[in-house]
Amino acid sequence: MQLAKFKNINALLATATCSLFSNTVLATPLMNASDNSDIHNDNSWKIDTALMYYAETDRVSALEGIIAAKKDFGEEHILSGKLVFDTLTGASASGAVPQKTPQTYTRPSGKAQYRTPSNTTPLDDTFRDTRLQFNVQWSQPISEQDKISTGIQLSREYDYQSIAVNGGYTRELNQKNTAIFTGLSFAFDTLAPEGGRPVPLSAMVVDNTEGISGDNNISFKDAFEATRQQGGENTRNTVDLMFGVTQVINRRWIMQLNYGYSQVDGYLTDPFKVVSVVNDQGDALNQLHENRPSERTKHNIYWQNKAHFDEAVFDLSYRYSFDDWKISSHAIESKLRWPLTSSTYIQPSIRYYQQDAAEFYTPFITDDQPIPEYASADYRIGKLTTMTFGAKYLQELENNHSWGVRMEYYIQTPKNAGFEAVGQLQDLELYEEVKAFVVQFNYSF
Amino acid sequence: MKKRYIIQYAFISLSLIYLNGCTMLGVQPWERDLISKESMSLSVDDLDASLDDHIYFSKEGTSGGRGFSAGGCGCN
Repeated sequence: MQLAKFKNINALLATATCSLFSNTVLATPLMNASDNSDIHNDNSWKIDTALMYYAETDRVSALEGIIAAKKDFGEEHILSGKLVFDTLTGASASGAVPQKTPQTYTRPSGKAQYRTPSNTTPLDDTFRDTRLQFNVQWSQPISEQDKISTGIQLSREYDYQSIAVNGGYTRELNQKNTAIFTGLSFAFDTLAPEGGRPVPLSAMVVDNTEGISGDNNISFKDAFEATRQQGGENTRNTVDLMFGVTQVINRRWIMQLNYGYSQVDGYLTDPFKVVSVVNDQGDALNQLHENRPSERTKHNIYWQNKAHFDEAVFDLSYRYSFDDWKISSHAIESKLRWPLTSSTYIQPSIRYYQQDAAEFYTPFITDDQPIPEYASADYRIGKLTTMTFGAKYLQELENNHSWGVRMEYYIQTPKNAGFEAVGQLQDLELYEEVKAFVVQFNYSF
Repeated sequence: MKKRYIIQYAFISLSLIYLNGCTMLGVQPWERDLISKESMSLSVDDLDASLDDHIYFSKEGTSGGRGFSAGGCGCN
């Protein structure tokens, strides 16, 4: 029994570190080793499934399902894989400012229009996509203290595809109380947005005379095509590098400290977002297609702690991120796993997130200033605070299966990053809150 | 000059204390009863975390930390 426990802690340390190499793929194989089971003797496949429904008030809704499978072929030679399916639909903020009069915009496809009522945040209601993702990961020891892992991830959606490969190395030290790890990942993404990639900072063409469909609108079509890029960059490449340490502090406390470096190159602009140009009355004169730099270097420091009280387990993590777009953020998250019986628990959670705006973020551009080289009114890279409140209930069944249900309430509160509203914009809500509800079911066997 | 030496001694002393502290961290094999529990795994809620990360990746300006930040998703 003691030996089994010893194996479990090794597995725990190694898997905690290896899970970094694939986001999540490797995370569970050995994590489910409980006091009463030695997973090294369990040659069956372990399957975890989850189905999540996400719904924002009057905006996006999403359904996402995951099937994760893993198997230990003996002596910690572990194969794991994951299939993810998600579908999105609904409306997303276009970046245009609200107005006191109804406004008409051209959809990103150029094939239709949408109309925004007065005093309302303009939402492009054609947001729709379906994505399929597949990961496979292999890990194995190469010596008593060393372990390697490698994996691949493929993702495909209507207008976006991605392939990523990763590799990692873990070494255990200090009587296996310490594990150090390093990992490397390359991702190659390709975009093909409907309607093409807009010419940076070109003005949205709106046909104000009649419907845009049909072949009679040659002049509009020509004008729309003139705002589309004919060549240029349609890829996005990411290199991720990670270093980390996992340390057992004492009988009740384990922690992990990671540093992540990420270099992204390519088309980083959102082809569906615009920035309004307004006059001194706050009237929107036109909408420019946003433009972001084609490079971004990001840094992450992540610190996670787990503490075992008499019965409950407390999880506390903190992440500090910063990058050369001048976005910096703090995220703090905590969970308390509270056993109700020997086979059930409840887990309340809370997360606070705060970020500063990118240096090129602007809620609008005034017509008396020159057009900047880069500009985006996407609130997601503006000054922002979010809160997440959650709770999970899980029950283990007698046949070693388990089921769980989880709910979350997510509130995004965009803030003014120091921009002075002009004219009618002073009376309009430029930083509208977004609220979302999440419900999720889990089943493992 | 004196101040510089004090800073150097302080730095060396703190380093030694820290290094000594590191070797004192951790537990003996027979003390792993709690830490080897599934609930003490750093990634026990792995699927939940990946779903949360997908939401945060598509709704916030920064991401990553637990793993690689590359999303493989056009949602951001």
